[in-house]
Order: sequence, then structure tokens, then C-alpha cells
Amino acid sequence: MEVPILKQGDYLIASIQSALTDADLTQLRDSLGERVGRFRSRGVIVDVTALDVMDSFAVRTLRDLAHTTWLRGAETVIVGIQPEVAFAMVQLGLTLKGIATALDLEEGLAFLDKQVKRRLRRV
Amino acid sequence: MSDNGVSVVITTDIDVVGARQRGRELAAQVGFSRGDQTVIAAAISEIARNILTYARRGEVRMRIVNDGDRAAVEVVATDQGPGIADIPSAMRDGYSTSGGLGLGLGGAQVLMDEFAIVSEPGKGTTVTMCKWHRRV
Repeated sequence: MEVPILKQGDYLIASIQSALTDADLTQLRDSLGERVGRFRSRGVIVDVTALDVMDSFAVRTLRDLAHTTWLRGAETVIVGIQPEVAFAMVQLGLTLKGIATALDLEEGLAFLDKQVKRRLRRV
Repeated sequence: MSDNGVSVVITTDIDVVGARQRGRELAAQVGFSRGDQTVIAAAISEIARNILTYARRGEVRMRIVNDGDRAAVEVVATDQGPGIADIPSAMRDGYSTSGGLGLGLGGAQVLMDEFAIVSEPGKGTTVTMCKWHRRV
């Protein structure tokens, strides 16, 4: 199932609606990388609230996604990791070190507002 | 295989999702917490993907095992793929936090209570693993 990507001002919001296959995840990574350029986006939010499991493949793909968009000039924040999903990730030894996370969409937007302002000030 | 079991044939990445969802349902039936249900689903996801990556096709069978005041979700993953020549190093290499595809076996072992792997090069691999839940 393809993940819908919404454009909201300078940001792109990808809202995962259900469990994703490996192909869905890599497609999400690729289409966000492309759209950051097309829409000249400054920030990306990936909402994983509906994701049933974050296994090694999902974590690696999300990490690649965040690094790809960062290289394209946009900050990424992962929001909505459920407590039981986080618990399983920790047991698996999977981390998202270096990747911004936030509790939910609202916190994610607030985080991006701060980050993007900081990045623009530096320029 | 007992009558409470389910079997998922693994041929595409959609089947990986199907297998872990069936496993989660069994874990819920046993009475596992949502956290442990997710742990079991993650372990199934790792070994089912291993089947896809290395053998291209195989099968994941899952069932509930009852033993007095405890019960388990047992998962048996079989394939007729290339097999694993050096199991200890496959497990060790797999347990990397670099997030490579190889996390599978070592990762699944860490998540479950019991884990056994039988493999013969050229013949295939069978992984058997289970997680116990004590009834209160």
C-alpha cells in the first residue's frame, strides 16, 4: 500500500496508514527524496503511528530516508513510534540514533519549525 | 501440527507482513502483553525476511503450545534454500547494530526464549523458536 504524502507549506507529511511491506518502505524513501526537490521542502515528517512492527529492515530504511532527505536540504522527524514498538526495537538492539523523533505530529511540527529556523539563520 | 496452528507460505514481502500478523494474533490468544506481541511479531518478521532474502520461498508455521500453567507461541520457519554452512558466524555476523539485512537470525534469537537452527548447505534451513507466557 502506497503511503500518502501531503504537502503542508514547507513540509512534507507522510502518514503511514497500515503495516508496510519492504517494497512500500523503499518506495516511501525514494518518493520523499524526490519530492523534497520537487517542492523545495525544508522538512519531512514520517508518521509511523500505524506501523505494527519496526524490524531491522524498517529501521534501516527510515534511517536511509532521513539521511537522504537531509542531504537534499530537509530535516526529517519520525513521529508516533508506539510504546510496544519502541520496546521491541530496544530488545532487538535497533536504534534511530542521529534521527530526530517526536511523540506525535504536533510535536514533530514544532520540532521542524525550530530546526528549520536554526538552519536558515546559519546561512 | 496441532489444530490451533497456522501456516503462511513465504514468496513475497506481503507474506512477511502476513506471517507476523498471524503470529501476533496467536500471541494475543496466549495472553501476551502488547509489548510481547510486538516482540514476537518482530522476530517472525526477521526470520520470514531471511527466507525471502536467501531462499526466495519457504514456509512459516506457528502454533500455540500448552504446558501446564504456561503456554508458548512456537514458530517453525523452513525453506529449501542454499542453507547455512557456518551457523555460529551467521548468528554472530547477524547480530550487528549497523542495521544490515543480516540482523535477522541473531535478532530473532535475542527476542525469543528458545531458538534452534538446523541447516544443511544445499538442502535448506529450519528455524524453530518459541516464547513462553506464564498464566496467572
